[in-house]
Amino acid sequence: MLSYIARRIGVSIVILFGSSFLVYNLAAYAGDPLQDLRLSTDDTARQQIIALTRDLQLDVPPPIRYFLWLKGLLGVFVGKVNLGMTREGASVQAELAYAIPVTLRLVLVATITALLFGLALGIISALRQYSRFDYGMTFLAFLLYSLPIFWVAVLLKEFMAIQFNNFLSEPNIPLKWMFIFSVFGGVFWSSLFGGERKRFWSVFTGAFATNFVILWAIDLTDWYLNPGLGPILITLLAIGAAVGITSLSTGLSNAPARSAALTMAGLALVWYYPAQWIFNNFGSYLTIFLMIALIVGTALACAALYSKIDRGPIARTAIITGVVSGLLILIDRIMQSWAAYSETDAVNYRPVPTYGQRKDQLVTGDFWINNMDLIMHLILPTFALILISLAGWIRFTRGALLEVLNQDYIRTARAKGLNERTVITRHAFRNMMLPLSSLFVGEIVGLISGAVITERVFGWQGMGTLGIKAINTYDLNLLMGVNLLLSVLVVLGNLLADLVYSALDPRIRLRK
Amino acid sequence: MNLFGHREKSTGEILAGGESAIANKEVEGLSQGQIVRHRFFRHRAAVIALVVLSSIILFVMTVLDTKIGPLRIPGWWKWTTEDIPALRYKDCPGGTTGCPTLSLKLGSSFGLGTHPFGQDDIGRDYFALVMNGARRSLMIMFVIGSVAGSIGVAVGSIAGFYGKKVDAVLMRLVDFIQTVPVIIIAAVIGKAAGRVGPLFLALFLGILVWTGLARLVRAQFLSLREMEFVDAARVAGASNMRITFKHILPNAIGQIIVAVTLIMAGAILLETALSYLGFGVVAPDVSLGLLISEYQSSFTTRPWLFWWPGFFIISIALCVNFIGDGLRDAFDPHQRRRITKKDRLKAKLLIKAGD
Repeated sequence: MLSYIARRIGVSIVILFGSSFLVYNLAAYAGDPLQDLRLSTDDTARQQIIALTRDLQLDVPPPIRYFLWLKGLLGVFVGKVNLGMTREGASVQAELAYAIPVTLRLVLVATITALLFGLALGIISALRQYSRFDYGMTFLAFLLYSLPIFWVAVLLKEFMAIQFNNFLSEPNIPLKWMFIFSVFGGVFWSSLFGGERKRFWSVFTGAFATNFVILWAIDLTDWYLNPGLGPILITLLAIGAAVGITSLSTGLSNAPARSAALTMAGLALVWYYPAQWIFNNFGSYLTIFLMIALIVGTALACAALYSKIDRGPIARTAIITGVVSGLLILIDRIMQSWAAYSETDAVNYRPVPTYGQRKDQLVTGDFWINNMDLIMHLILPTFALILISLAGWIRFTRGALLEVLNQDYIRTARAKGLNERTVITRHAFRNMMLPLSSLFVGEIVGLISGAVITERVFGWQGMGTLGIKAINTYDLNLLMGVNLLLSVLVVLGNLLADLVYSALDPRIRLRK
Repeated sequence: MNLFGHREKSTGEILAGGESAIANKEVEGLSQGQIVRHRFFRHRAAVIALVVLSSIILFVMTVLDTKIGPLRIPGWWKWTTEDIPALRYKDCPGGTTGCPTLSLKLGSSFGLGTHPFGQDDIGRDYFALVMNGARRSLMIMFVIGSVAGSIGVAVGSIAGFYGKKVDAVLMRLVDFIQTVPVIIIAAVIGKAAGRVGPLFLALFLGILVWTGLARLVRAQFLSLREMEFVDAARVAGASNMRITFKHILPNAIGQIIVAVTLIMAGAILLETALSYLGFGVVAPDVSLGLLISEYQSSFTTRPWLFWWPGFFIISIALCVNFIGDGLRDAFDPHQRRRITKKDRLKAKLLIKAGD
């Protein structure tokens, strides 16, 4: 195994050397960094040319200059990396160090959300193959595949930001829209549950009515001006989550798991007011982390309390329920800072921004308002990225699950009398995750280079913006910095995908 | 509520014997090509996509003048992208200028009108601009598809057929190309090549995007060359060329075609994205991505400048994707026909008649 990894890394280094050499020379011969200065009639232009030539060693021909750059890079072995200077004289490492977390924040949030939704939709789509829902999802996936992200981004800016902000200044949901949203919700839920015509219509009516009542209540109470969930709604949602998670995780017939999950949901109500006090007085990431740890501890104790045997699945159910309930309380707290955030001078009642990653004018020490600002800036670009990558996840999941469901061991599992839940979650789901796990790595790497356009449209100062700036100003060192990072990511991503696959699947052995 | 699908026995499952009988009857006495064709034409969405895409291509190709060398085939549209007619401001909403005249309302105004998609800032006919852009994008899509397709198939089949050292070297080449970030290198070249023109850009992009296809073809060859029919052909004295083209490639062609359609659908998005960033097709040439990038700020006042190019990008990419899906189903030997309600009814009647 170690020798395999070592060999792979060795080959990768040779490949990286070759590709960076190629990109360096292509980029160097593609444009002259001094062009605009040469054409300039400014008196200082000549001095600038001399200064730039000295700083960037432009008098050295590119193939040789590449090795000077490489020498700086090889400093990594003595702990002194030097990727050169940008045209403005800043160090490339500093620029990259600033840009990487920005891009990662965007890509990670988008990938994880897209993965969760894509998995859920893909699985249901495969379980209901050739149903209305399946056809709907297939069409949705193809449509999302065909959308240019920059086009979607402009639409999102217009309808999710500008129009929504306008709507907030005079909040009133017209009856027509309530009706349309409700019909949409009804169709979605009824095709999700499937079944014969009678069931279709009963689910449709139920979902339609529920949707309509919720929208009406939101409109009547002006909920969107001062949102929040409140202890009663949180408890109800937590109980619903407990039932749903238990039925997926262990089955509702497992009494200890059911009681443990319901206890965790009940604790959400008990903890609601103490949690408010803690959040208001000690709002920080450490507090949130400690509270999650507390939830996990409570869940383990709960599992131990309710059963003496087979505690694993019970603990799992209790932990997931507890974390979901805790998240509900956290979401409620974040929502509560909405009004305060909207009222700040920097926001001025237009809470959904179309541009940038932070509001620089926002001066506040409040942990929650700061986070609200982060979240609001994340919403549009993340949504755009999710739309783009969701299609892939739906299709992959559907295909992988259908393939697994055709295997003999699924037939065996059914034949020996296991219930459908066990067959799907234990036999099919786990095997389906094998190919998807290696895809996940590749998807993150792909999205990082794909985020170039998203960053550009939404004005985020990440890697993509840096790369575009480098190309436009013929800033070779900066370009090579971005290029190096992206290609290293691809190489590492491929290696990691293979390793993950072989670690999870005992049938695959890496030998070459 | 049954969350995991219905396991009530359906008529189709009870009549499993009848099902395979239907499937067998369906392919009786047909050649491979005929089976694939029949299956493809049964995929309704793919057929619709094929019709729509062919009409778009026909429409876009005939609408403007076509220049092939000294030859000039006139198009049927009255404006070209160079004409600058006067800006129309009559009956435009909210004091805007150059609004579209396309009207689908029955009545006297029905039809294309003078400027169906409106006019841009200086009065150029937007219909002509969009058509020109769509033509560029289609051309680039097909060039990328054929370049990437031929390189991918060639590299993949050589690597898979010869194996060993040839395979190792070629696969390292694939790794090499994959480590070069397409968007960065394409942008570098695009910036330099803006003056050279879209054809060069398309050729270059084709050289970058064949890696996935090569891996796929290689995997197919690796498994197919171990098959008995290849041994039989070799024993019969067939040359490597003949084995490759007559025995192995026809068996892999389904997957190859599907992969190429996926590359083409990706290509049109890549080209428009590059043009949007300013590194692809540059003015005075027209491309759909370029049009969107130019007029995205006028979305609130003159939305038609934004909707139409996007509409064409999405329609073309969507059609290509659906055709690929139909081909995948058609070429898949494991794919069985879906049992419809009509089939079940027929089978039931047959059984009753037999009793």
